[in-house]
Amino acid sequence: MQHMPTSLENEVQETPLSLKAEAKDFSFYYGDFKAIKSVSLPIYEKKVTALIGPSGCGKSTLLRSFNRMHDLYPNTHYQGNIDFYPDATNLLDPKVDPIEVRMRVGMVFQKPNPFPKSIFENVAYGLRLRKDKSKSYIEGRVEQALKDAALWDEVKDRLHNQATALSGGQQQRLCIARCLATDPELLLFDEPTSALDPIATASIEDLIHQLKEKVTILIVTHNMYQATRVSDFTAYMFMGELVEFGETTQIFNTPQRAETEAYITGRFG
Amino acid sequence: MKIEAAANLPELKAIIQKSKRFDLIFSILGFLALLLAVMTFVVLFAQMAITGWERISPEFFTNFPSRRAGSAGILSALVGSILVMLVTAFAAIPLGVGAGIYLEEYAPKNLLTDIIEINVTNLAGVPSIVYGLLALGVFVYGFGLGQSILTAGLTLALLILPIIIVATRESIRAIPQHIREAAYGMGATKWQVVKDHIVPYSLSGILTGIIIGLSRAIGETAPIITIGALTFIAFLPPSPVGAEFPWINFEWLSSGFTVMPIQMFNWTSRPDEAFQVNAAAAGFILVLLTLSMNALAIFLRYRLRKNISW
Repeated sequence: MQHMPTSLENEVQETPLSLKAEAKDFSFYYGDFKAIKSVSLPIYEKKVTALIGPSGCGKSTLLRSFNRMHDLYPNTHYQGNIDFYPDATNLLDPKVDPIEVRMRVGMVFQKPNPFPKSIFENVAYGLRLRKDKSKSYIEGRVEQALKDAALWDEVKDRLHNQATALSGGQQQRLCIARCLATDPELLLFDEPTSALDPIATASIEDLIHQLKEKVTILIVTHNMYQATRVSDFTAYMFMGELVEFGETTQIFNTPQRAETEAYITGRFG
Repeated sequence: MKIEAAANLPELKAIIQKSKRFDLIFSILGFLALLLAVMTFVVLFAQMAITGWERISPEFFTNFPSRRAGSAGILSALVGSILVMLVTAFAAIPLGVGAGIYLEEYAPKNLLTDIIEINVTNLAGVPSIVYGLLALGVFVYGFGLGQSILTAGLTLALLILPIIIVATRESIRAIPQHIREAAYGMGATKWQVVKDHIVPYSLSGILTGIIIGLSRAIGETAPIITIGALTFIAFLPPSPVGAEFPWINFEWLSSGFTVMPIQMFNWTSRPDEAFQVNAAAAGFILVLLTLSMNALAIFLRYRLRKNISW
């Protein structure tokens, strides 16, 4: 069912793939409803993995399991493993504190959601949660995070202005900077451009390209072209099941499964 | 190519005109209803101001009640009202805001929580005299607090607790879930989400609720009469701040007292016509107090909400 990558032909001197996380026989329930059905999926380090599929296929539900977001809501439960490397921690283990998981795994949401605080305080929030006290250290990290999120030049003169006064695309890059400030090991993107115009979308996509040098990325997208533009690996999901996983070029050029082909050619979904 | 207008266009226009008539009718009716409500208040307030005006002078604020209407003042009532409000605020704010935050952010969503929620809302509708009877039984006799400022303050605190709880919950509920998720997603604990986000973002609504509650409490008469406030007081409670160590004392809490509405009630029930003027003047001051508290609430809401948007 899964197509494992063999070689990456067009990229020379590629370092061997190593696992950052791996879902193993993972299922998820909203009450009695089984929203994710025994999904096994590898997430490779410093690569972009895209989750695609029609609405309601469970791709966002799967993504939100990687930082235990479902713990906030009653009547939900996980089954199986999401192992996180290098320490091989099962993120879903009840003994693992969800706070610890969320400190290691950052998340960027569908709708830009900066806090109604200053730009600076938004980016510094993760550092404050880590009880970092040194002013110069915090300032340095905030600047670096904003640079990494390609926002520094636009906001450096107004760091203490309200974050909510920024444009939608800037707000989304601010949310990315907010995650980057604390060096997450894995960054989750839940349809990060669906609320943005095409120009802002392009800038977020460029950013994802640059970020994968530093961080592993898992992205849910509604837009198949976006998956081809930004991702190295693609997983196609349908009705809570993982239909096909492979290198993005393979999934879009030579899908192994008829369902995948039907979806990516637009005959369905 | 010429685009033909729809054949039934005149007919459509007639239908639109007819439908629009209801807009007009409703806006007229609505305006009249508004006028009636506002004018009633304005007329009452103006009449009180005109009647009482001759009595309003610096002495009116610095004199104790007297047998002679001309030299009777509201000093003890005003001080009593302020001290009672102080107790009410100290008791009701932490309890009400704390309960509101707990119900909204911490309480598990189950039947028990639902029952508590419904009853908190119902408490706001309980007649205030019932609170007075409760306080008479519990605070005055049960705890032996006597007919004191402390008893009155705690009674009014109970009375406005539901107002503060409901206001706190409503303004917490206005915070979108995606803001909470952003904070939790960063690795914040529940308490960090509450203290860094929930409370700061809902502060304007909470403060408004507190002030509305206090301005309701300042005008309450029935429960205060029930617990046995004095109606004629020619002394002030011991001062809360003193010249000697430890500079603050709490003797005033157990002091007898009167409050503004009771002073008014006392004056209106006197046979001497001249006291009606005193009552009107005191009423004018009381309404002015309430109105300025509400104005403060509006101002704070505007100031604090200016920077909060999602």
